[in-house]
Amino acid sequence: MAMAILRRLGQTLFVLVGISVLVFLVFFATPGADPTARIAGRNASPQTVARVRVEYGFDRPLPVQYIRMMEKLFVTRDLTSYVNRGEKVVPEVFQAAPVTVSLVTGAAVIWVLASVAMGTLAAALRGGWVDRGLMMLGLVGISIPVFWLGQVANLLTQSRYHDSWLFSWVPGLGYVPFMQDPLGWFRALVIPWFTLAVLFIGIYSRVLRADLVAVRGEDFMRTARAKGLSPARVLLFHGLRTSMITFVSLFGLDFAQLVGGGALLTEVVFGLQGVGRLTYQALGNLDLPLIMATVMYSAVFVVIANAVVDMLYLLLDPRVRDGRA
Amino acid sequence: MTTALTPSSPSVSARASAGPWRTAARVLVRHRGAMVSLAVLALVTVACLLAPVYADDVAHTDPFTSNVAGTVMLDGRQVDIMQPNDNPLHLGLSPIGPTWRMAAYPLGADSQGRDVAARLLYGGRNSLLIAFSAAALCIMVAACVGIVAGYAGGVVDAVLSRMMDIMWAVPVYLFAISLSIVTVSQGLRIGPFTVASDNLLIPICIIALVYVPYAARPVRGRVMTLRRSEFVTAARGLGVPGHRIVLRDILPNVTGTLVVLAPLMTALALMAESALSFLSIGVQAPAASWGTIIQDGEGLIYTRPMVAVAPGLAIIVVVLALNILGDGMRDALDVRDGDRGRG
Repeated sequence: MAMAILRRLGQTLFVLVGISVLVFLVFFATPGADPTARIAGRNASPQTVARVRVEYGFDRPLPVQYIRMMEKLFVTRDLTSYVNRGEKVVPEVFQAAPVTVSLVTGAAVIWVLASVAMGTLAAALRGGWVDRGLMMLGLVGISIPVFWLGQVANLLTQSRYHDSWLFSWVPGLGYVPFMQDPLGWFRALVIPWFTLAVLFIGIYSRVLRADLVAVRGEDFMRTARAKGLSPARVLLFHGLRTSMITFVSLFGLDFAQLVGGGALLTEVVFGLQGVGRLTYQALGNLDLPLIMATVMYSAVFVVIANAVVDMLYLLLDPRVRDGRA
Repeated sequence: MTTALTPSSPSVSARASAGPWRTAARVLVRHRGAMVSLAVLALVTVACLLAPVYADDVAHTDPFTSNVAGTVMLDGRQVDIMQPNDNPLHLGLSPIGPTWRMAAYPLGADSQGRDVAARLLYGGRNSLLIAFSAAALCIMVAACVGIVAGYAGGVVDAVLSRMMDIMWAVPVYLFAISLSIVTVSQGLRIGPFTVASDNLLIPICIIALVYVPYAARPVRGRVMTLRRSEFVTAARGLGVPGHRIVLRDILPNVTGTLVVLAPLMTALALMAESALSFLSIGVQAPAASWGTIIQDGEGLIYTRPMVAVAPGLAIIVVVLALNILGDGMRDALDVRDGDRGRG
């Protein structure tokens, strides 16, 4: 048990270093142009370019540049954006984080509830038209680009049906801090939550249904049925509980990826100033330091979150916990 | 089922001799959804290939140049493409809305007065080209990585798998965005080769690369089971060289996994392409793709929603068809992989 946790920690550390090298290489060693010009931004003055070259050590070998970059990102945290009038990048990322977390958490609640309901219902009515209909619906959900869905949602709630009773409560685009106005926060986020959740409802309900159907043949399910438990009880308390293991580990991955920038498209469409939208704005004016900071911090966040999920998994699964499997 | 127990009957022996591919094809043909999807995909592809015919001979428009001052014949009248808004003061101009007539802006015009229908078809060419090529490239690379890692095992496997783990840990879209943003400004220069920043090879390679870990994982798993199988052990015992085992024994048995991955990877690639293009770091203007048209339509969403709605529907139809086809093929070839649909 302790060994397993230690091994997982070592692995995490390795992946963290690997990721930082990968991101570094993508930004500074992609063949093409001089990274100095990329950092300094469009139409930078020669003085700025010279300063950037010395500051980032572009006149030194790659390993030195790597160390310098990591120091700027994680130790001194004084990475500055030259395009954006010398704005410090790291605090900017942390300021945007609550918006992203609000968006993803709400969407996660919706997609977990909806997909558990849909997946269980489909598995219970396996083979019937309800099952086929729900799974088709899930497939449609997987096939909709989220930025398009967001635009259509905006079209309906902000313009076409905004004057009807249905959507008159929807406020204009933008984020309202929870501390300032909890109700406003909720109303501003409901539509983005549902938009972001659609894809995951599709994926999770299909995964859960497949898992529930697969688990039906297991010995303990047969035993439960043989004991004379009702089909609903067997499905919910014996089947669903087992299927939750896959569900939870998948959830941990996706949640972390979304907080780490996967919600970018949703944030852009709904004008929510989160980490993703920050990255998007940086794309517009080629603000490389900012993009690099968001990518690096998200990747680190995802890796750490995955490690935490894995360790919880170690603690929760009795087969793994007692070293039986 | 009962006929399988009587191998003496001639029809059964004929069926038994049909190879796994023939059997799978037979199952697939009976899968109604998969067949409809194939037809839809063929239809969309042909329509997009006919884009120049539509633009030159039917609509007589150039979908790549701005046409703000142009007019169009509607019911015998010349109508301006950019029309005054219907607010009380007639302030500002909006492009013409959908006319639903084949020859005259059936889906309306975008903010530069270009025919949305023609751009939709041309955009479909780029979107489909990128999606299919990226998926093919990705599966080829993933097959190499997966087979080498799975067959070689040991240090080679450890190194390759850790590399895949690292790539997998970066959120897919962020990875693609990072690669796009460094190549989109100045293009790519590798030794003597220069790739211009508006070359479609760039999005193709980027999308292929970021999905390699996703596709390599099931391949590696399959190869690892195959490596322990009896026929591979037998081949090794006979002294068959490793490369021959890989080509003759492993590869044919992995093909099923690869074929099932193909439509799913194409669907993922199409989604990724449209997202990158929507963020204006995929296909570069004035060329179009379904993603760039949605981006063009963003500013017009309240006045001329059709500009953004039409390419979105096209994406949904194609991705849905690919997903249904993928499901059908998986059932037909009976390949199971545990973790699809992530990322």
